[in-house]
Amino acid sequence: MAVTASDTATHRAIDAVWRIESARVIAGVARMVGDVGLAEELAQDALVAALERWPREGVPRNPGAWLMGTAKHRAIDLVRRRQRLDRKIEELGEELEGEEQAAGSEFDAILDEAAIADDLLRLMFVSCHPVLSTDARVALTLRLLGGLTVGEIARAFLASEAAIGQRIVRAKRTLAEANVPFEVPEGEERAARLSSVLEVLYLVFNEGYSATAGDDWMRPALCEEALRLGRVLAELLSGEPEVHGLVALMEIQASRSRARTGPGGEPILLLDQDRGRWDHLLIGRGLAALERAVGLGGAPGPYALQAAIAACHARARTPEETDWSRIVALYGTLAEVAPSPVVELNRAVAVAMASGPQAGLDLVDALTAEPSLRDYHLLPSVRGDLLARLGRNDEARAELERAASLTRNARERDLLRARAAALC
Amino acid sequence: MRFMVLVKANKDSEAGALPSGEILATMGAFNEELAKAGVMLAGEGLQASSKGCRLRFDGGGKHTVTDGPFTESKELIAGFWIIQVRSKEEAIEWMSRAPFGEGEELEIRQVFEASDFPQDIFPAEAQEAEQELRDRLQGQYSNS
Repeated sequence: MAVTASDTATHRAIDAVWRIESARVIAGVARMVGDVGLAEELAQDALVAALERWPREGVPRNPGAWLMGTAKHRAIDLVRRRQRLDRKIEELGEELEGEEQAAGSEFDAILDEAAIADDLLRLMFVSCHPVLSTDARVALTLRLLGGLTVGEIARAFLASEAAIGQRIVRAKRTLAEANVPFEVPEGEERAARLSSVLEVLYLVFNEGYSATAGDDWMRPALCEEALRLGRVLAELLSGEPEVHGLVALMEIQASRSRARTGPGGEPILLLDQDRGRWDHLLIGRGLAALERAVGLGGAPGPYALQAAIAACHARARTPEETDWSRIVALYGTLAEVAPSPVVELNRAVAVAMASGPQAGLDLVDALTAEPSLRDYHLLPSVRGDLLARLGRNDEARAELERAASLTRNARERDLLRARAAALC
Repeated sequence: MRFMVLVKANKDSEAGALPSGEILATMGAFNEELAKAGVMLAGEGLQASSKGCRLRFDGGGKHTVTDGPFTESKELIAGFWIIQVRSKEEAIEWMSRAPFGEGEELEIRQVFEASDFPQDIFPAEAQEAEQELRDRLQGQYSNS
């Protein structure tokens, strides 16, 4: 059969519907069958049915309900077939009778949005379940929640399609073997599991935002997908301050993406960026998300604190307007909530901006014995800058050279060497 | 990628008629759907062109101001959305769900991104030191 232009157009339209609806369909079916891998297969079956029927019959008025209804019917058929083999799941079958009626024969029923929202949230928590490796959580989240193809995920992570496909298959098997229930945990487990979801979203964002790997066009797409999923989660869990904190952090960081590299691709440091190129739509969204996080009360978590620091920069129209003493205070709180030498180093930089280079240097010097920072190029880089500002040029040059020898980024190495050379 | 969706003006919007409560409610529900899907970045309705004006530049550093209303209502805008989606087809699919009546028209236009300008493409090795700090920070949390 020849593929006509209108077939192609319909296929592209079906692809768009799938992008929008797939996570909801998978989530709805997963609640019925209790297995995300099986749910994805059944949802895929519904997609195949759509690809067969819609080019002939046209796209239905409510394509999401059609896909959901078709996938649920497949689930019911499957459970019935299994039921003949295994009477133990009879109860589930009875429950499904109700589902079948709800699915309706016209597939045009109004979907129960509240139930879908709950299912979607469950799917997020299960995809980021700690029984999975971090890589597996990331891949499964992008596949099931983001609707990305295996090929797209592979391109983004510079991996082969076979490797990513395997990773996803194994992740689904692990969830099934561990009998991970399709639910949002309650009580003590909930906070840790939410952290895992937030961590996965921020990892995806950073994979897109920092330049470790991937096709140029896929990396911004990862940022956008992480932001989108963060916004979705913020609607699903509107009472969780850290969700809004993470969204705020990602929105404000994303607002700088146009300004953070020069024409030759060299990195431009925050204080040297052309603030006119910052995306003020995203800044506004980020500040609003931060306000929601703060408005919910309670002690701010690490994401809300990092967002608050990012917001200090976003609010300053010029670098000179930056409220460094507030940033120092925020880093101080962050160091209590999530202590780390890197936070201390950041705090030292802020202290140097607020109280002068010597105050900053005193803090940095205290960090030089820290084993985890031994090969961290930003420590000598910061120390070199502070020494240079104090006029101790020989020591500064040595530190900048050391920083250059530690960084893996060629452009950054060039910049550090140039700064060292300028001190001669 | 981002799209700006322009809502074309009509006789009612140009007459300054406020939408009915029912229309506002269905539009509100649609906007909520967009927001819940993480798609809507911004959106506003615009007042009639009689409350606006046009600036025309003469190229010599001067301009003339012409007050509204403007008559060619097909060319006028009554509102807009900015949405973030993954393809033009996805933008079309979302906007086909908007609660508009017979004869009403939307125009979907793609917004320029940094990556549309060749000199600004972020090369693979470009990396902001500040970002690396953040990555490390994140690593610290997940390790702790």
